[in-house]
Amino acid sequence: MATLQTSGLKLKYDQRTVIEGLSAEIPEGKVTMIVGANACGKSTLLRGLARLLKPAAGTVTLDGRDIHRRPAREVARTLGLLPQHPTAPDGITVRDLVGRGRYPHQGFFRSRPAGGPAQDERAVQQAMAATETLELAGRNVDELSGGQRQRVWIAMALAQETDVLLLDEPTTYLDLTHQVEVLDLITDLNRRRGTTVAIVLHDLNLAARYADHIIAMKSGQIVAEGTARTVVTEAMVRDVFGLESRVLPDPVSGAPLIIPLGRHHSDSPQTTTLELVQ
Amino acid sequence: MRTADTKTPVDLSLPVAKTPAERPKLIAQHRRTAVLALAVVALFAASVLLGSYTVTIPDFFRILGAHLTDGEKIPGASFIVMEHKLPRAVVGTLIGAAFGLSGALFQTMLRNPLASPDVIGISYGASAAAVTAIVVFGATGAAVSGAAFAGALGVATLIYAISRSGSLGSGGQRGDAAGSRLILAGVGIAAALHAVVSFLLTRTDIRTAADVLIWLNGSLNSANWDRAGVLGIALLVLVPAVALLSGPLRILELGDDTAAGLGVRVGAARLAIVITAVGLAAAATAAAGPVAFVAFLAGPIARRFIRKASLPAAALTGVLIVLSADYVAANVAPLLLDGTVLPVGVITGALGAPFLLWLLVTSNRKDA
Amino acid sequence: MSPLTTTAASAAARPAPESATAPGAPGLGPLALWLLAAVVVLALVTAASLAVGARGLAPETVWQALTRFDPANGDHAVVHARIPRTVLGLLAGGALGLAGAAMQGVARNPLADPGIIGINAGAALAVVTGIYVFGLSSLTGYIWFAFIGAAAAAVLVYLVASLGRDGATPVKLALAGAALSAGLFSLMNVILVSSRDTLDRFRFWQVGGIAGRDWSVILPALPFLLVGAGLVLATGRILNNLALGDDIARGLGQRVGLTRGITALGIVLLCGSATALAGPIGFVGLIIPHAVRFLAGPDYRWILPFSLILAPALLLAADVIGRVILLPGEVPAGIMTALVGAPVFVWLVRRGKGAGL
Repeated sequence: MATLQTSGLKLKYDQRTVIEGLSAEIPEGKVTMIVGANACGKSTLLRGLARLLKPAAGTVTLDGRDIHRRPAREVARTLGLLPQHPTAPDGITVRDLVGRGRYPHQGFFRSRPAGGPAQDERAVQQAMAATETLELAGRNVDELSGGQRQRVWIAMALAQETDVLLLDEPTTYLDLTHQVEVLDLITDLNRRRGTTVAIVLHDLNLAARYADHIIAMKSGQIVAEGTARTVVTEAMVRDVFGLESRVLPDPVSGAPLIIPLGRHHSDSPQTTTLELVQ
Repeated sequence: MRTADTKTPVDLSLPVAKTPAERPKLIAQHRRTAVLALAVVALFAASVLLGSYTVTIPDFFRILGAHLTDGEKIPGASFIVMEHKLPRAVVGTLIGAAFGLSGALFQTMLRNPLASPDVIGISYGASAAAVTAIVVFGATGAAVSGAAFAGALGVATLIYAISRSGSLGSGGQRGDAAGSRLILAGVGIAAALHAVVSFLLTRTDIRTAADVLIWLNGSLNSANWDRAGVLGIALLVLVPAVALLSGPLRILELGDDTAAGLGVRVGAARLAIVITAVGLAAAATAAAGPVAFVAFLAGPIARRFIRKASLPAAALTGVLIVLSADYVAANVAPLLLDGTVLPVGVITGALGAPFLLWLLVTSNRKDA
Repeated sequence: MSPLTTTAASAAARPAPESATAPGAPGLGPLALWLLAAVVVLALVTAASLAVGARGLAPETVWQALTRFDPANGDHAVVHARIPRTVLGLLAGGALGLAGAAMQGVARNPLADPGIIGINAGAALAVVTGIYVFGLSSLTGYIWFAFIGAAAAAVLVYLVASLGRDGATPVKLALAGAALSAGLFSLMNVILVSSRDTLDRFRFWQVGGIAGRDWSVILPALPFLLVGAGLVLATGRILNNLALGDDIARGLGQRVGLTRGITALGIVLLCGSATALAGPIGFVGLIIPHAVRFLAGPDYRWILPFSLILAPALLLAADVIGRVILLPGEVPAGIMTALVGAPVFVWLVRRGKGAGL
């Protein structure tokens, strides 16, 4: 039971305001994709939601309570994050890394949740089973391939056992097979456990296919919100990405498929925004 | 890589057993740490009992007993052991642990195996303050220690302030950029303070200059029970702090963003760790001067030996380095150098330099 | 009209960019004037170096001493005594400035400086060895040792720092240099602690300054200085290419390994000579190229000559201030540059320069 919302959110880095007056809700129990062109503020929004950035104005609430007023560990029990460039310390094993995801549930002088260390072990086990990384348990994280490593990081986020999971570009640097693998895994998580998921994804087609809900951003504002079918249109693609395209239903999943039109290799060549500037 | 095995459902009701491959590894690690601890005990005993003046074990206990019960002392031996060898070994142990922990904390927090209080200027802060006290104000003993402590804290504060402000990157790079800034600022300030120290060395007579040089290298020659006491109290406060902070530290290792996502208050945790690490280095420097390289090498050596990053192992390794270097400095060097007892820092430095280069070479190559 | 012709036409119609610098040759214009101004500044500081001191002299006296020297005149004698010191400051400063700028270019690292990356420690250790083992006691004696020590340390630091995937990044260079310095200083301390005589002679050299040296020190270093300066001054375009990254430089036709090696040779000759002449002086090679960059931009064909002129100005200015700030004694130039240099370095770090990994 976890609704993540923002209201009148203003986020800035030093003096530069990236997002202003933004209100949104991450629908519970659904997979939400946040899309937009480079530097539109989608990562910033996610970081604001994840408690990494303190809002200059406005609030971010989880279950109606402002997340910045609650103790960090308490929020971390409900809200998990997989950031863009996670660093694994040298020589750490997979099991060790996944185990660290239990930190919000542990604590020296805090009352441990019922179950204690056994609960920790179970969560780690489940997380590794779900991500099919059990066989890698004893290996060093830095020896793994990119796809395997990403699965291990997701396992760590899973071990945190949160109701909400935020992921910042989890598929960058992965080849297509692994991209699909990761997204399938996240969908499993959502369908089986009801975890609310919000993902920043730069690949619009994959986003359209895997999303229950899409938030499209431009220049720090939300310009469209809704299901893939309603949001992903030629007009939206033109507006948000400056790209002429055709949008068709994907023959495999029925989700909108964006076919970009450039200056070559199409029977109706279009100029891109780049040229229109001249 | 997927095999058929991973698709079979896992029985989650059973308590998790570490896979067969993992268990021996863990046991080996614990065993190695125990080996380190044993080595420390052995070396401590050697420092007290052996060397240029030897004491048998029964005699040692007799001396100790006499001291505690105010009984009859053994002439000569009692004095040398109680006023000289024992306090020296105790202070050596304490500073070894303190430097070892401090270095390991910095290296872990800055995510850089080459960071350490010696390198990033904190030791030079202590040195500059102490040398100023000696040369300009003619201070001795406790006043010098106090100045050293204050100098270390002052420079650390300065460097920390510098690394915190300034242009920030975005995202998780912020923590790493601040870490680099801290290292670079420290290196620059170290260079400047070195110039100040060099200058002060020329502004005094050769005798004082020679004494200053000894202090600058880190020496256990003036170890006594007072210093051991003060240092002991400092460690009594700081070591539990390290234990408390080791939890958040392990999470901070994963990157600032991930750590924040796991509920660590990143800014507060970093500050606490820095304060603890600086406190350890400052206390140890106040007691014995800036002993070169101990903080720098203890962590990496421990890690090579235990195959895992470990704070207790770093502390133990620090003790080993100091005690063995001091043994050489106090007992072996005089045989080779006409009776001069070298300051312990010279030995750690001279032996540390090639080791350090090896570490640099192998740690750089690991990145490839 | 096909899209191709449309684009071509519109490209031709685009107005030419503002600053008309033809590719290939640095354009004359404002920068040349600044260079002239820099030369004037240097001349003034040089004059100050001849005039100012415990015994301050008027400009006319200085002029007379130079043009119509009268051996009986005490003032003239003072001026003449200051000439080698001034010349040494010019040479050492120029060497440090050039070497610093070139070092920053080769290492692609705006925080490279002989002091910070361990060269001084190498020279120091060599000098101490010289004093202890060979009983050297004069500056002339120290030169060769300082030279070799500096060269060896430079090579070692760069080699060590450039291992690994990223090459010599700012942090790796700084740490390798600092670590090597610490190591070499420790080795040095073994000797210094054992021999008070050595300490007594060494502690004055290691401060770094241009006082107390005469032509017997300057002349032997001159050929190395000239060769080094010649090599480095010719590398302007090479450094510009290297600044874009090894791969792009190769793509532009440059033999990266060879050119980098030649530049490094020049740097080592310059640094070695400067340290031999004036002891370990830090920060000059660091600050001047940065200041110059503000003025002249990122083109090394300008940065090098500007550094060559402004660095000696800084060194001599530091020396002059040192002469008067702590009368009746003197504060050596090496200390003044450190005291000024550290805050500037810190400011640079705060602005984020060099933190790029």
